[in-house]
Amino acid sequence: MALSLRVAAISTVVALPFGIIIAMLLARGSFWGKSLLDAVVHLPLVLPPVVTGYLLLISLGRKAPLGAFLADHFGIVFSFRWTGAALACGVMAFPLLVRAIRLSIEAIDRKLEDAAATLGANRGWTFMTVTLPLALPGIIAGMMLAFARALGEFGATITFVSNIPGETQTISAAIYSLIQVPGGDADALKLVFISVVICFAALLSSEWLARRATARLHGA
Amino acid sequence: MARSTRDGAPARGVTMLAVQVEKHLGEFALEVAFTSESRATALFGPSGAGKTSLINMIAGLLRPDRGRVEIDGEVLFDSAAQIDVPAWRRRIGYVFQEGRLFPHFTVRHNLEYGRWVGGHKSDPAAFKHVVELLDIGHLLDRRPGKLSGGERQRIAVGRALLMQPRLLLLDEPLASLDSARKRDILPYLERLRDEARVPMIYVSHNATEVKLIASRVVWLDGGKVTATGGVERLDAAQVDMLA
Repeated sequence: MALSLRVAAISTVVALPFGIIIAMLLARGSFWGKSLLDAVVHLPLVLPPVVTGYLLLISLGRKAPLGAFLADHFGIVFSFRWTGAALACGVMAFPLLVRAIRLSIEAIDRKLEDAAATLGANRGWTFMTVTLPLALPGIIAGMMLAFARALGEFGATITFVSNIPGETQTISAAIYSLIQVPGGDADALKLVFISVVICFAALLSSEWLARRATARLHGA
Repeated sequence: MARSTRDGAPARGVTMLAVQVEKHLGEFALEVAFTSESRATALFGPSGAGKTSLINMIAGLLRPDRGRVEIDGEVLFDSAAQIDVPAWRRRIGYVFQEGRLFPHFTVRHNLEYGRWVGGHKSDPAAFKHVVELLDIGHLLDRRPGKLSGGERQRIAVGRALLMQPRLLLLDEPLASLDSARKRDILPYLERLRDEARVPMIYVSHNATEVKLIASRVVWLDGGKVTATGGVERLDAAQVDMLA
């Protein structure tokens, strides 16, 4: 339970900076391979989760070159650890995060950024003081979507890091396991109730945060 | 060059602006050369004459295809020498037609933005001077969303002034206001010209405004300069034609 929250929260927070960078590239950049990047980012949304999990397994498993390299040189191990669960959740949630942030960046009036430039702000300052604050409602919405998606992730996680109680067993996997066991229904229902409550709270708080951020933008 | 009486005030280092630019924007071709060394020069012409594109090129927001922009001997753009100083380093204030205040900052933070990103120390005297000049003291803690159009434009002028520009570009600052509001704001712009000691380029298609604010006029039409001269050359015929 706590594991699920931790996995979902960490995957969302770690994915956020990458999500902002990719969203910015997709919203503003014009470069060779942009539609390819767009497609790759959205891939986890359309691929069967089991396929995404399997791809992670064969690229980042202990035996895979990249996985072995990370384990040997940085001590980072994903396979059959909760970090792997967080990675799988992050990858699965990434398209939703990028999509929400990208839309909010595209909605920003670029004339405001021109105004910042005439006032002496270079691109970094303009991004930090104008673009990012104006995109805040979209960033919050994207984070909440990603969090909820990460919490519910099942297919990719179970394929990549299996279903080990206390290490990689997230709430969805735990519910699935309980349903398989005779007499597990009562415990399963408890977990179902908890996950409904969490998601409901996440949705309401994101709605509230986004509304507050929007109100701030429009001078209430 | 004949100076009109409005330029009679002590010419404390009058800024010399020299522009010679060419730019193709789709079907529209802009080819303009003019110099300005007066306190207030108007770019005057009908909509679509290329006025806004022209000052965007002066500000560094639009890149000319060819040409040269020079201010007080400093080259800001020169296609031949491959010089293109970015907008944020040009120190040219810009008052946009729609104000373009930052909606997520208070009026005070909007005014202080240029000083803040420039990393300059706060200058309470300059701040107070501008606030009094534009009579915006009572608005400082509000957010732009709650201001009237006229108030917004005054804040936009103040924001541009407080970055201590060497030149102030005003792009039809009154165009979005009704005529009563225009009459409210014009006196502030006159004070600005007389007291702020920043040379202005005033873009407008309204002869009355131009007569009140500017001393020299550059006539633009179809992307070309059709005439230059003193503001007294704005005769009635032209007013009718362009109104």
